[in-house]
Amino acid sequence: MNIAVSAPLPAVAAAAPAKAHGLGRRITWLLLLPSTLWFVLLLLMPLVVILLFSLGERSAVGGYSPAFTFANYLNLASRAAAFSNTLVLAPLGTLVCLLAAYPLAYFLAVKVQRNRSLLLTLVIVPFWTSFLIRTYAWIFILSGKGIPALLASLGLDDVRLINTPTAVLIGIVYGYLPLMVFPIFVSLEKLDKRLLEASHDLGAGAFETFRRVTLPLSAPGVITGVMLVFILLMGEFLIPAILGGGKVFFVGNALVDLFLQSRNWPFGSAVAMTLVAMMLAIIAVYLKLVARFGGRQQDGML
Amino acid sequence: MNDKALWLRSYSTSVYLFLYAPIALIMLFSFNAGRSGLSFECCSTQWFGRAFDNPFIMEALGNSALIALCSALLATLFGTLAVFGLQRVGGRVRMLFDALTYCAIIVPGIVIGIATLIAFITLFDLFNPLLAALDMGIPKLRMGFFTVIAAHSLFTMALVMVIVRTRVDALDKALLEASADLYAPPLDTFWRVILPQIAPAILAGFLLAFTFSFDDFIIAFFVAGSESTLPIYIFSSIRRGITPEINAISTVIILASLALLFTSRYLQGRRAA
Repeated sequence: MNIAVSAPLPAVAAAAPAKAHGLGRRITWLLLLPSTLWFVLLLLMPLVVILLFSLGERSAVGGYSPAFTFANYLNLASRAAAFSNTLVLAPLGTLVCLLAAYPLAYFLAVKVQRNRSLLLTLVIVPFWTSFLIRTYAWIFILSGKGIPALLASLGLDDVRLINTPTAVLIGIVYGYLPLMVFPIFVSLEKLDKRLLEASHDLGAGAFETFRRVTLPLSAPGVITGVMLVFILLMGEFLIPAILGGGKVFFVGNALVDLFLQSRNWPFGSAVAMTLVAMMLAIIAVYLKLVARFGGRQQDGML
Repeated sequence: MNDKALWLRSYSTSVYLFLYAPIALIMLFSFNAGRSGLSFECCSTQWFGRAFDNPFIMEALGNSALIALCSALLATLFGTLAVFGLQRVGGRVRMLFDALTYCAIIVPGIVIGIATLIAFITLFDLFNPLLAALDMGIPKLRMGFFTVIAAHSLFTMALVMVIVRTRVDALDKALLEASADLYAPPLDTFWRVILPQIAPAILAGFLLAFTFSFDDFIIAFFVAGSESTLPIYIFSSIRRGITPEINAISTVIILASLALLFTSRYLQGRRAA
C-alpha cells in the first residue's frame, strides 16, 4: 500500500484505502498551506527582494532602479561609524548583560526554593512589555533632573549621561537582561547539585568549584544567552534613538535613515544584507560552540 | 557561606529594583499635577482624562488594538493548523518548518520591517497598474493596516507554533489510544480529547501574539505607511518632549500588557483539567 501511494497510479488501482490516504494527504497540505504561504510571502520573498535591491542602483527620485552592481557594498565604508558603534557597543552590552545576569540566574536556580517560578516570571515579564516605554523611562533617570542632579547635590557637577554611549549601554543592559537570565537559569537548574557537594568534599574552595564545575556546566546557557542578546543588539534601533539622541547611532538607525529619510533603498539594502550576513556568521559560531559544549537549543523567552 | 548567600540575595533584590523602578517612575509621573514631563508635583489624575480625550491618541490606540487583534487571530489560526499538519508529515518537512520558524523568530524586527516594506512596495508597483487597467473600482494597494497585520502575523505565527507544539508534544498518547479503542471517530477525539488539553496553550499563544503586536514599534514604523499606531505616536511625541499625557497612556498600556502576560503565563503553566 505504501508503494501504491508514492507511485503514479492508474485510475483502476486507486482502491478505497488509497483514496482515504489521498484525502489524508490533502488534509495535511491544507493544514500546512497558510503557514507555508506566510513563510514564503513574508519571510523568504522579502529577503530575496532585499538581496536583489542591494545589487541595484538608486533611481533619480529615490527608490530602486534595476542594475547589477556591487557599488553599494563597496560604499559601506561611508556608514563606518554606525557599524563601528554597533560592533563596539553590542559586544560590550552583551558582556555587561552577562555579568549582571549570571549571579541572578545562579541565585534563582540554586539558592531559591520557594516562589521560584514567580520570581523567574517577574524577570521575564518586563522583556515582553513595551520596549519603547521602558526605554523612554530612562530619560527621567538619566537627564538633567535625574541622576546628574543627584550627583550635583553630592558635589559632582556637570555629569552628562543622556545622549552618551553610557546612556545607551544602560538602556541595553536594562532592555536585554531578562533575555540573558533565562537560558542561564535553565542550564543551572539542570545542574546536579551533588556535583557541587562532591567538589566541596574533595577540598575545592568556593571559587574553584565555581570555575571548574558550575561555569563549564552552565556554558550552554551562557552561549545561548550571549547569542540571543548579541543578535538582537545588532539590529537595535530604539535604544540609541531614544537615549543616544542622534549622537550614538547603530546600524539600525542608519537603516531607518536610509529607508525612510534619504530613500536610498539599494544602499540601505546592502547595509541590511551586511547586517544579516554578520548575524548568520554569529549563528554559525554559536552552532559550532553548542556542538562542542554539548548544549541543546532552547527557545528561552516563550 | 552565609555571607555569600546574603550577597547574592541583596544583589538579586537590586536587580529586581533595577527592572521595575523605571516602570514605577512612569506610573508615578502619570499622576503629575504640573505640566512638565520631567518634574513632579503631586498629584492629579487629569492626564488620564486628557489622554483619553486626545483624538490622535485614541485613533492610534484603536489602530493598534485592531491590528493586534487581527494579526493575533491570524497567527493563532495559521500557527495551530501548522502544528497539527506537522504531526502528519515526515522528519524532513518538519525540520524545514523548524528552520523557518526559528528564522522568523531570530531575524530582527528591523530587517523584517525593511524587507516587508520593499517587498510590498515592489508587489504594489506591479499590481497597481494592472488594477488601474482593469478599472473595476478596486482601490490602489498601499501600505497601511494590512501590511502591518501581515508583517506582525509572520513573527507571531512562529511564536504560536512553538508554544502550541510544546503542548501537543506533551499530550498523553494513551488518552488518544483509549479514545480510538472506544470507537470515537478521529474528529470526535480531536474535539473532546485533544482540543480541551491544548486550548490553554492556544489561548496563551494568542495573548502573547496580541501583546507583541500591540507593543511593536519598529516593524510598524516601516510598514504602516501613513497610518499611526500607539507606539509610533508615542515615539514621535517623545522626540518633541515627554508630556504627562504620554506617561498616562503609557501607564495604561503597561498595566494592560502586564495583565495579558500574567494570564498568558498562567495558561501556559496550567495543567490540563
